[in-house]
Amino acid sequence: MNKIHFYIFLFGLSIISCGLFSYKYFVLGFPLIPEEKVNAWNIEVHISFDAQNEPVKVEMFLPKSSRNFIISSEYFVSKAYGLTTSVDNINRNAMWSINEASKRQVLLYRVRVNKVKIRNPPDSSPPPFELKPSDLLEPYRTAAQTLVSDVRAKSADIDTFVMELFKRLNAQPPEENVAILLDKESSVDKKVTLAVQLLALADIPARIVHGIRVKTRTNDAQLEKCLEVYSNGKWIAYHPASGTTSIPNNYLEWWRGPDPFVQLKGGKDLKTTISIGVQEEEAINAAMKRAEARNPRLLDFSLFSLPLHFQSVYHLLLLIPVGALLVVILRNVIGLETFGTFMPVLIALSFRETHLLLGIILFSLLVAIGMGARLYLENFRLLMVSRLASLLIIIIVFIGVFNILFYKLGLEMGLSISIFPIVILTMTIERMTITLEEKGAKAAMNQCMGSLITATIVYFFMFNKFSRHVVFIYPELLLLILVITMLLGRYKGYRLTELFRFKELNKIP
Amino acid sequence: MIHRLLNQLHKSGIIGINRRNIDYVSKYNPRHLYPLVDDKLSTKMLAIQAGITVPELYAVVTITRQARDIHTLLKNHSSFVVKPAQGTGGNGVVIIIGRAKNGYRTLGGRIMSKEALENHIIEILSGIYSLGGHPDKALFEYTVQLDPFFRNITYQGMPDIRIIVFLGVPVMSMVRLPTHLSNGKANLHQGAIGVGIDIATGTTTTGVWHNDSITEHPDTGVEIAGMKMPHWKNLLNLSARCYELTKLGYQGIDIVFDKEKGPMLLELNARPGLNIQIANRAGLLPRLKLVEQMYKTLKSPEDRISFVLNYFSANIDE
Repeated sequence: MNKIHFYIFLFGLSIISCGLFSYKYFVLGFPLIPEEKVNAWNIEVHISFDAQNEPVKVEMFLPKSSRNFIISSEYFVSKAYGLTTSVDNINRNAMWSINEASKRQVLLYRVRVNKVKIRNPPDSSPPPFELKPSDLLEPYRTAAQTLVSDVRAKSADIDTFVMELFKRLNAQPPEENVAILLDKESSVDKKVTLAVQLLALADIPARIVHGIRVKTRTNDAQLEKCLEVYSNGKWIAYHPASGTTSIPNNYLEWWRGPDPFVQLKGGKDLKTTISIGVQEEEAINAAMKRAEARNPRLLDFSLFSLPLHFQSVYHLLLLIPVGALLVVILRNVIGLETFGTFMPVLIALSFRETHLLLGIILFSLLVAIGMGARLYLENFRLLMVSRLASLLIIIIVFIGVFNILFYKLGLEMGLSISIFPIVILTMTIERMTITLEEKGAKAAMNQCMGSLITATIVYFFMFNKFSRHVVFIYPELLLLILVITMLLGRYKGYRLTELFRFKELNKIP
Repeated sequence: MIHRLLNQLHKSGIIGINRRNIDYVSKYNPRHLYPLVDDKLSTKMLAIQAGITVPELYAVVTITRQARDIHTLLKNHSSFVVKPAQGTGGNGVVIIIGRAKNGYRTLGGRIMSKEALENHIIEILSGIYSLGGHPDKALFEYTVQLDPFFRNITYQGMPDIRIIVFLGVPVMSMVRLPTHLSNGKANLHQGAIGVGIDIATGTTTTGVWHNDSITEHPDTGVEIAGMKMPHWKNLLNLSARCYELTKLGYQGIDIVFDKEKGPMLLELNARPGLNIQIANRAGLLPRLKLVEQMYKTLKSPEDRISFVLNYFSANIDE
């Protein structure tokens, strides 16, 4: 009866778990493997300046959907400011204004861009402006004209012209005319500006493009320039460093033309930073939209309904059952001996903060030191609480010593050891000494190794992209883990290590 | 290879920790009974009530203030043992064998001043020797005198006999002999020898030291097989009555032999180890299964003993 009850219960749990899992996987299409390619990004422009009790006007360029990206949403944070946005042929523009402001002002613009799977066609709008005759003065004018005619002599069409031009601009050392024109300044910005002027001289419409590389998370994305040349009714982009058309496909064009990114009137000390954040759960969001459409209740009670910082707690919390299951297997089926039941999971958690290799080294060192200290303290026969406290203090002293040592050696990783590992270390050392006294050095060593091995295995299983992703997207799988754990709880077979323990008995004829 | 080993272990009826925990410990030993065996004082009280011989209790100290009075309390006893009620593995045990000027003489020949003894008592009370660091009690009891029978097969210390008692039926036993390596402690983990005993007759069979089998005592060189334990019937009788004592179905009981008073119950264990199978070169499983089938018909300790004599002789086993 009891047994039937047990298995029915486990069967029920498995059904619920697998059912929810299959529904989410097959019907709603939640991804099982974490997305390798991130294709949604949050970009934030942070503008700050000192207002001076007078009307303020801030103008900023806004990005447009371009060849590689589309704008999926954007918003502005600007408190009391009036906001107007405008679009002309080539650029989008935002203007904040206020009648009076004082002190430090902060304006925020946030935009979410999605990478497109297939590139959009190039911009084919006609050049908006008449080509101005070059306003270069002597001696630049002659140098420019000579350079242009040299380049023209070596090129067949606009494309080869631009390539040849950049070849000369980028040559090291530059030829004489280029050296005069660059005027000892060889930045990419200068070259692009110069290229626009030279192309105008050759009657080729060209413009500067300002953009950023959307590649990694950063709090300080740098603007990068490139050049667009009007050729055969299309704007073709050229990369100034190489002079070719191979623009990286993570390049987000922001605005075109010579104007600065942000223009401020009525304030000073303008500071502009662009930060890029990764919007990871892209496929999940799509799946969630589908789920919402089918059954809006389902998501009300999912982890995604929690605020972001709670979600990050669950990212960690949900991994602990994975570690617990592993400990059950390693202890009850393999037969490794460990300090305490879940100490290895805690040790693995502390490895996460120190990184694995350094964690193991620090752990072994500190355990050895702690053991020595504990054995020394033994001489004084202290009461348990003060003995533990003394041990804790000694360990903290040594952690401090190690950190300074690591820092002097230039290993900054050593600094990552934090409060959590300290507590775990102290507890481990305490347990180890108890084992040492009661069962001897061999058993203590065994348990220490067992704990380290278990912690390492747990570390690898808990802290990888896949586990992290799967348990967060499919928390119902925890029920399956529970089922397996409970089944293992009824495992009556031998532990692997018992085969060696009872080896003497196998010699019985 | 692993498969073959597993099969062989299974065939000899060896039980592993997992099976012991699921099928015996958690099934027959309700947790609420554990305090009865974890605290040596309560075990002793139960044993005295049931008329089982235990080392005589001279005094108990439970509060720090009483530590000073111990000298007058014990003035009639020249030798005694001090032990923590919840200690494990013999930690915190001090054996006093006589008086000296202003103090006591310990078994090792060291002089312990009165203050040192008081300090030791206070340490015991504070829980230094109990596992979780719980406040503890200090017990003072009779010093068991080594039975001359064991003189040649023990190195210092006091050998004890471990019997697994299942539902009141003694199913397997071994004697643990201290060695030089174990520092006189009768603990297999620490290097004592375990020698299997034919539970029906009380005759020793083979020995195990660490995980290897041996035939003679490593320190004295005396043959350890084929010795007949003294007072065996008496001892079976004692262990068969331990079930009624605590109602723990699966327990390991530790018995020592006193020169004059015979077998005495030292302590009970709710999770006895499995090394006894190695010492006896036999698995517990067939015996435990047989007892499980039969125990309803075994009404009294006498019934159980005659059951043991009929079924559990090592000769019958093989």
